[in-house]
Amino acid sequence: MASRNTIVAHVEDRPGVLARVASLFRRRGFNIESLTVGHCEEPGLSRMTIVVDGDDHQVDQVCRQLFKLIDVVSVQDITYAPMVDRELALIKVSATNFNRREVLDVVEVFRADVVDVHSEALIVQVLGDEGKVDAAVRMFEQFGILEMVRTGRVAMVRGTETTKPPAISDSQQAAAAIRAMLGRRPEGALPFASD
Amino acid sequence: MRLTGARILMECLRAEGVEVFFGYPGGVVLPLYNTLGEYPDIKHVLVRHEQAAAHAADGYARVAGRTGVCLATSGPGATNLVTGITTAYMDSVPMVVLTGNVARDLIGRDGFQEADITGITLPITKHNYLLMRASEIAPAVKEAFHIASTGRKGPVLVDIPKDVFIEEAEWDGYPQGVSLRGYPIMDVPREEEVAKAAETINSAKKPIIIAGHGVVQSEAQGELVEFAERSDTPVLTTLLGISGMPEDHDLSYGFLGMHGHFYANMAADRADVVIGIGMRFDDRAMGRFSDFNPEAKIVHIDIDPAEIGKNFKTHAPVNGDVKETLARLLPLIDQSSHPDWRTEIDQIMAQHPTDYVEEGTSLSGPWLVQALAEATEGQSTIVTGVGQHQMWAAQYYPYTKQRQWVTSGGLGTMGYEVPAAMGAQFAQREPIWSICGDGGFQMTSQELQTIRDHNLPVRFAIFNNGFLGMVRQWQELFYANNYHSVDLGQPDFVKLAEAYGIKGVRATTRAEAMQVFRELDGYDGPVVIDFQLEREENVWPMVPAGAALSETIESAEDL
Repeated sequence: MASRNTIVAHVEDRPGVLARVASLFRRRGFNIESLTVGHCEEPGLSRMTIVVDGDDHQVDQVCRQLFKLIDVVSVQDITYAPMVDRELALIKVSATNFNRREVLDVVEVFRADVVDVHSEALIVQVLGDEGKVDAAVRMFEQFGILEMVRTGRVAMVRGTETTKPPAISDSQQAAAAIRAMLGRRPEGALPFASD
Repeated sequence: MRLTGARILMECLRAEGVEVFFGYPGGVVLPLYNTLGEYPDIKHVLVRHEQAAAHAADGYARVAGRTGVCLATSGPGATNLVTGITTAYMDSVPMVVLTGNVARDLIGRDGFQEADITGITLPITKHNYLLMRASEIAPAVKEAFHIASTGRKGPVLVDIPKDVFIEEAEWDGYPQGVSLRGYPIMDVPREEEVAKAAETINSAKKPIIIAGHGVVQSEAQGELVEFAERSDTPVLTTLLGISGMPEDHDLSYGFLGMHGHFYANMAADRADVVIGIGMRFDDRAMGRFSDFNPEAKIVHIDIDPAEIGKNFKTHAPVNGDVKETLARLLPLIDQSSHPDWRTEIDQIMAQHPTDYVEEGTSLSGPWLVQALAEATEGQSTIVTGVGQHQMWAAQYYPYTKQRQWVTSGGLGTMGYEVPAAMGAQFAQREPIWSICGDGGFQMTSQELQTIRDHNLPVRFAIFNNGFLGMVRQWQELFYANNYHSVDLGQPDFVKLAEAYGIKGVRATTRAEAMQVFRELDGYDGPVVIDFQLEREENVWPMVPAGAALSETIESAEDL
């Protein structure tokens, strides 16, 4: 069953690392829905949030193949973890004196912000999970969307658990930590590969 | 001490104990060649085409069990390496590939002989580097050798712009270690995975081992034999796993796959537990995935976690180095005996032996490999190209020693046989036998000059049927005899050898072939032998493309 999956990867902040990741996805035929890269709590590392389409087996392969890249420090599939996920959209909505009030009503319902006003348009900033942004977009369509940009998903696991890469100097421990991370486990302790 | 980038690179190679590397000069690597004279302990072998430099480093690595090194200039020099790098990548061969690039200020501006070789080789290297400072060379080369030779081995490319070779940097010795956070060594398996594998193996009634290249790479023949004996498990190998199991052993049943032995394919198909060791369940080995022995439980031991579960659902995955894993698995394995299962396979073998040697005087592929095996007492290192001769060499030579078999399996690179044998010969004194196709030989025969330069005792046995034999076989069997572009014209191979100053001989009958083997005994220079084979012989048995192992056929009548 294909679905949208959320993978968090920490990568070395080096030239070419994005090309390596993109090359891998292209070559293995994995389908990226969105990929967001930015700084994280640790200098020298970047955090990628990757949304991929695919079944359990494909997602398991994505994680394992990603981890083979030397510049990829950690990979975690957090699709089934309790998480907060957000994306941001800037939507330029057609709005004149005749309907601006109606547009603003919709803005309010979605707890969005107006970040630019013009006599014939507004830029609305919507922040939320994918479903909320989708719903807002559908509502604004009735007024006419002149332009839109969405960031793609960023996500974080709830509670005290983190997706931070293991800061372990001992190679054996590092291997153990990585093995514990790799692979989708719908049930049981062994990787997805287990029946 | 301040040194130029070129000297730093050579100091690094010396510190790595590199004894030989294969290269070809050009504009941007001239600063490096300018220093080679100061490092006489590191032999530079001047090839005649960069592709050969890569294959030679690969052949050397496979026989020596060490990391092979090759070097090329920027642009066309670098792109000519691509086939050789991909060959090594597909077969997990440790290699460090050095390329020059245009000066830093020309990079990205389409300078003369500029090629984005790091971009080009992204999907065919384990890792690669473009170094923009001389101070980066030592740590990068240290990492490159470390990455190439650990875990699942593979080629690593280091690209160095011309002015970085000239730039000076501080040299305070070769780095002691590497700090690669995203690259932990995964040699030691998890206990619970080993335990589950042992439990699965101990409960098997009809177990089979499929040993792959990982066994050879990890030099785990001893552990494999002990494991097979204790669990009384018949052992098959993949094409690249050949020589991982001594074929004179009672439990050895040869290799499986598209041209594997009939009984090996049947054994894999009828087993209740399939134990893959250091292999990747490739389509040529397993046949049609969806119909490979659906009843079997799969135990899969591999160093690369991404191979686990890639093609098959795995009952008991074990991520670890073959040698390390077998050592931990052995104590958990019950002393077992499977006489009925052994008898079942033995009966299939008795009824369907791989024995397509017919009486006669003309040279047939199977006969010739058997005769070669006798002449060399089964002790020679065999290098092959790709095609019919490769399959006959796999089927009929009795390999017993690890690293005795060198072939391009994953990529299937024709022309590999000449430069790979050349490189391999630098790793051992005893003559290498290179079993060549007449097509492949023509792809890389320019290296005969390099071989002459170094007076390497390689024996090139050209299995000459005047056809692109395997393609012809497919056209015969699957394209209604519609031969197209397979009838290969060729030079007089004997005269060609002689033109290079190399001994050339020809054999057209079995008696002549025997005579050639006798003549060569003790000859210590290179030889090219034009063995003129029957023109339209086919390789049997065969799993037609897209068929299952259970559909292995033994002649055209079975189609």
